[in-house]
Amino acid sequence: MTLKLRTLSKHISDSVRNIVRNSWMSFAAVSAVSITLLLVGGMLALLFNVNKFATDIEQDVSVRVYIDLTTDQEQRDELQAEIQKLETVESVDFSSRDEELENVISGYGDSFDLIDEDENPLYDVFVVSTKEPKDTKETAKQIDEMPYVARVSYGDAKADRVFKVTKGIRNVGGVIIGALIFTAIFLISNTIRITIYSRGTEIEIMKLVGATNWYIRWPFIIEGALIGLFGAIVPVLIVWIGYYGAYNNITPFLSGSIYSLLSPNPFLWELTALMVGMGVMIGSLGSALSIRRFLNV
Amino acid sequence: MIKMKDVVKVYDNGITAVNGISVHIEQGEFVYVVGPSGAGKSTFIKMMYREEIPSSGKIEVTGYDVPQLKHNEIPYLRRQVGVVFQDFKLLPNLTVYENIAYAMEVLEKSPKQIQNRVMEVLSLVGLKHKARMKPAELSGGEQQRVSIARAIANMPRVLIADEPTGNLDPETSWEIMELLEQINAQGTTIIMATHNKSIVNEMRHRVIVIENGRISRDDKEGGYDFEA
Repeated sequence: MTLKLRTLSKHISDSVRNIVRNSWMSFAAVSAVSITLLLVGGMLALLFNVNKFATDIEQDVSVRVYIDLTTDQEQRDELQAEIQKLETVESVDFSSRDEELENVISGYGDSFDLIDEDENPLYDVFVVSTKEPKDTKETAKQIDEMPYVARVSYGDAKADRVFKVTKGIRNVGGVIIGALIFTAIFLISNTIRITIYSRGTEIEIMKLVGATNWYIRWPFIIEGALIGLFGAIVPVLIVWIGYYGAYNNITPFLSGSIYSLLSPNPFLWELTALMVGMGVMIGSLGSALSIRRFLNV
Repeated sequence: MIKMKDVVKVYDNGITAVNGISVHIEQGEFVYVVGPSGAGKSTFIKMMYREEIPSSGKIEVTGYDVPQLKHNEIPYLRRQVGVVFQDFKLLPNLTVYENIAYAMEVLEKSPKQIQNRVMEVLSLVGLKHKARMKPAELSGGEQQRVSIARAIANMPRVLIADEPTGNLDPETSWEIMELLEQINAQGTTIIMATHNKSIVNEMRHRVIVIENGRISRDDKEGGYDFEA
């Protein structure tokens, strides 16, 4: 399998010649890879950000303690003192039900304006921060058992829900991506098969004079890899433009919250590497398949 | 050099092409393989360079246990066995020079080595002056000489010729035979399947007659009279 430099350059020029010679088939195969990678890239960008979102929630260490509606001022102070006594607790902030309503209105829009102050369905809340994120769950559990507490919520529950959504996207995406990759591999192996036919005599002669199997295989594998590589160019460009567009539009809405999108700088490079890698892999796999079947070397 | 023992070849369609052949061929021999069409000549020859695998029996060629070779070992057997066909099998888009060089390039020889050897074999087959021409511009005999030049470019120890004069007129056939004699004189074993009666009778060499998948006659210096 060792390749001399001279041989490698010959193989590369051979494969480029084949691509040009069968330009329409090559174009079809490149397009198939492009469409596949575009959808895979978009899907991955979405998936990674939903994942990031879930992680952000997990990182949010605050516990929200909803105070029983019948609790009076004195009892509330009592509860606050008790929470403060917990070793894991960093701070306890009070947020009245009116403040909570304002938060909701500013966060979700004017439709909540309709709610009259007297009909406010919300609870008074203690926002409890723990010293360490890992203590959140245990702290929430302890507070839940205290008197005057209606219920307790913390990041975990929300994170669980987001992870469930991630899983759904991943499953549906996985099926779509799998089908697309299959189609792309099929198209590439067809393209390579045609170049194999058109080089039938050459292959026959190569085998007769004793060229090694790898020597015969390389140009076709390189051809497949090049088709995969060319197929990655357009979807990578689209993903870069699209992600920057989305990032610049969404980020202002998230400022001040605990959430943020993955920063384009490392993320897009990683995604590019992944997409190019997949393109090359799909291409070489497709050609390896057709060589195996049609060369029998 | 070449040893076969009890070789049998039954094709998938049930036809028995070779039915128990045992033979020894020494280094440097010139052997004609003759017999009626469909008698098993081609199968006999193809098994020597692992184009066909025998159903049973032993074949040894230049030290290789041919039927037992793994796929990745076959190329190294083929480098010891040059093959020439009736229909030349030249690449039409390459010049004469490039056609011969091609056989050496695929074995990753250096450009210097390739250049020297190609010029050497071109002068041996007498086509130095036509090195830049395409196969289509050559006569049949010239094309066959190019294919012989290609077959010996990598200096195989055996040259197998499957009816090399089958498509050529008598005069050109003699030129090809003289060339093969010359190559044989340099020590290359030559195995030639042929139907050409006059060649076998004029240029006397060992003759192996194959009929119904068996060797019916094996004569040193024999002639072509198996039909009798």
